[in-house]
Amino acid sequence: MKLLRRLVPHPLLTLLLTGTWLLLVNGWSLNSLVFGFMLGILIPFVTQPYWPDRPRISRPFKAIEYVLVVLWDIVQANIVVARIVLFKPNSERRPNWITIPLDLKTPEAITTLAGTITMTPGTLSADVSDEGHCLLVHCLDAPDPEAVRDEIKQRYERRLMEIFE
Amino acid sequence: MESLFEFLVAAFLVIAGIFGIVGSYGLIKLNDPMSRLHAPTKATTLGVGGVLLASLLNAAAFGKYFSVHELMITLFLFLTAPITANFIAKVHIHRQETRESMPSAGEDHHWATHDTPEDEEQ
Repeated sequence: MKLLRRLVPHPLLTLLLTGTWLLLVNGWSLNSLVFGFMLGILIPFVTQPYWPDRPRISRPFKAIEYVLVVLWDIVQANIVVARIVLFKPNSERRPNWITIPLDLKTPEAITTLAGTITMTPGTLSADVSDEGHCLLVHCLDAPDPEAVRDEIKQRYERRLMEIFE
Repeated sequence: MESLFEFLVAAFLVIAGIFGIVGSYGLIKLNDPMSRLHAPTKATTLGVGGVLLASLLNAAAFGKYFSVHELMITLFLFLTAPITANFIAKVHIHRQETRESMPSAGEDHHWATHDTPEDEEQ
């Protein structure tokens, strides 16, 4: 068991890499499955020293809901940003920095949140604070920064808390 | 049936083109560096996404095979776009802003980009 643990340090990553390889090959055959699986064993084994911890995902089904919510928001985000770019004069636009205090602790969860913020309506994550307790977000047009902060915490961070912690 | 698919593919291509143009136009029109970053990161997601959907649909409806490469491109795009944006934002913070000009970092001292010896001296 211990030997298996050492040979396959990230079982989920192995599965993910095998799946990715099959999608890249763009077809189904036993050859590519075996080769993908070999890559799936080899790559986590070689890169193991770079990430000793693995993210713990407690509720994987919540992740599907999260992905759907984010996809929907991305479509909306595009339309909102397009409208601001096309119809709002620069003088009426209120670009703003906002600080989001983080409840999430794991680096994987914070990275996911930062990525989501960049992809969704009028917001872009720019930086974390030096000890990782806050996220710096730039808003394209935010007359009310508090509302944006509360929405991000409510809509994304709460869901990520359920998935990761 | 065939013309329905042709119509859908064309519609996706046109939508993608519009968002591509809006993204590029945003680069010219918005007037500060951080805002300028918003236009290409967002408008192009749907721009590229539209082309990929059209390609997926076209291959499934008219080609003799079903292609999943488009899904991979979408996935990699979603993974890399926020990182590029984040790097550009960090360069901006590093070169144009100082610790004092940034908003407060809440319970911590300052933002990670300003965690350098040069910033310490100022």
